[in-house]
Amino acid sequence: MSDILINKVKQLLSDKAIDIFIGHGEGTGGRIRPIFVRTPEDAEQLIFNENCKQSWANYLLKPEVKAAGKIGMMATKHALRAMMQLASEFQIKDNEVLALYWDNNELKSSADFKEIEAYLASQNHDILPHEQEMIDKLNAMTTQERWDFWQKEYEKCIKCYACRSACPMCYCHHCAAEGNQPQWIPVASHQLGNMDWHLMRAMHLSGRCINCGACAKVCPMHIPLNLLTYNLITPIQQEFGAIAGMKHDATYALSTFKTEDKENFIL
Amino acid sequence: MENQEFEPKIVAFVCNWCTYAGADLTGTSRIKYGANVKIIRFPCTGRIDFMLLMKAFENGADGIIISGCHPNDCHYSTGNFHARRRWVVFRNLLNFSGIDTERIQFSWVSAAEGFKWADVVNNTIEKVRALGPYENYKKINVPTLFAKEDNNE
Repeated sequence: MSDILINKVKQLLSDKAIDIFIGHGEGTGGRIRPIFVRTPEDAEQLIFNENCKQSWANYLLKPEVKAAGKIGMMATKHALRAMMQLASEFQIKDNEVLALYWDNNELKSSADFKEIEAYLASQNHDILPHEQEMIDKLNAMTTQERWDFWQKEYEKCIKCYACRSACPMCYCHHCAAEGNQPQWIPVASHQLGNMDWHLMRAMHLSGRCINCGACAKVCPMHIPLNLLTYNLITPIQQEFGAIAGMKHDATYALSTFKTEDKENFIL
Repeated sequence: MENQEFEPKIVAFVCNWCTYAGADLTGTSRIKYGANVKIIRFPCTGRIDFMLLMKAFENGADGIIISGCHPNDCHYSTGNFHARRRWVVFRNLLNFSGIDTERIQFSWVSAAEGFKWADVVNNTIEKVRALGPYENYKKINVPTLFAKEDNNE
């Protein structure tokens, strides 16, 4: 698989079809790290195997990557969904990013949103069974039990903001967590500040989360913070019929409305 | 302290055009309602940021009322529709993370509904009184750089 990928990227780079390629490379201790390939020779370092599940979509908007020119990217299913969601938020344009992806062991390349959408429609995007199980377990708890569960989790948070850095949807130049006028989120990592941060993060990602799970994977304290946003996916889909990252021209569920929206808690 | 009956602190985030005027009408109509409520006036329900609810609890509120114009009645046409979607989602999130959504009362109160406003406030006060002080939030430990003077003794 790696050879096919390397040859393809070499060809793309020598044809000047792309200027920079973001792909999986070998890191230390058998880990996978992102590598940024600019010359056909460097393409030799690219690898692709069953461990290459990471999505590099959060690099697409980095100014230092954009400055290199036309971007190519080894895209997982999640990276493609991130691309569609970014497109719907007017962050990338059609034919701006060339995505390479495996479709039934065949390496495909496309910068066309329609093609990527068609591929995504053929894939399964459900959250993993053990995550759904955890959400169901939490929803079955009493409010107090849920509070205790999450307080214990928030307590571990060290406010490293790795969840924010890894998230392809957290691309604000100035995050509300850094704002101090007003200071929404206390800077120190104590219980209150941690809770505020996680709730704000979840709320800002509600209806935009593409359930890639990057936030929880990078968390050094193993907080299952992806559940906060995953739990909102079903209600948003049911209530507003919106699903993130499937269409490049989708409207964000919370920036639109229907007069007939239903709710059962407003007097 | 223990012998006194618990008086809940309620913060009401209301829109300028309907509920605030409605609350005004309650007053001018000489309708009595609980004094536990602190009304904060906003231009529109669409302006009521979800973080404000968190800050209200943080600052000692036991209950929250959020109120604005009825659907199709918004001064800015669409503000309350946007707010409604946001509340559906935020309420879900609060519920999932164990925050008691019983303490948050959403309502539509128009400028003509002075009676309804009094009802909403009184009912919320009774509901929160039954629930008691929001201990969960008050127990959150916020360490400070300097040791606080111990006023509890």
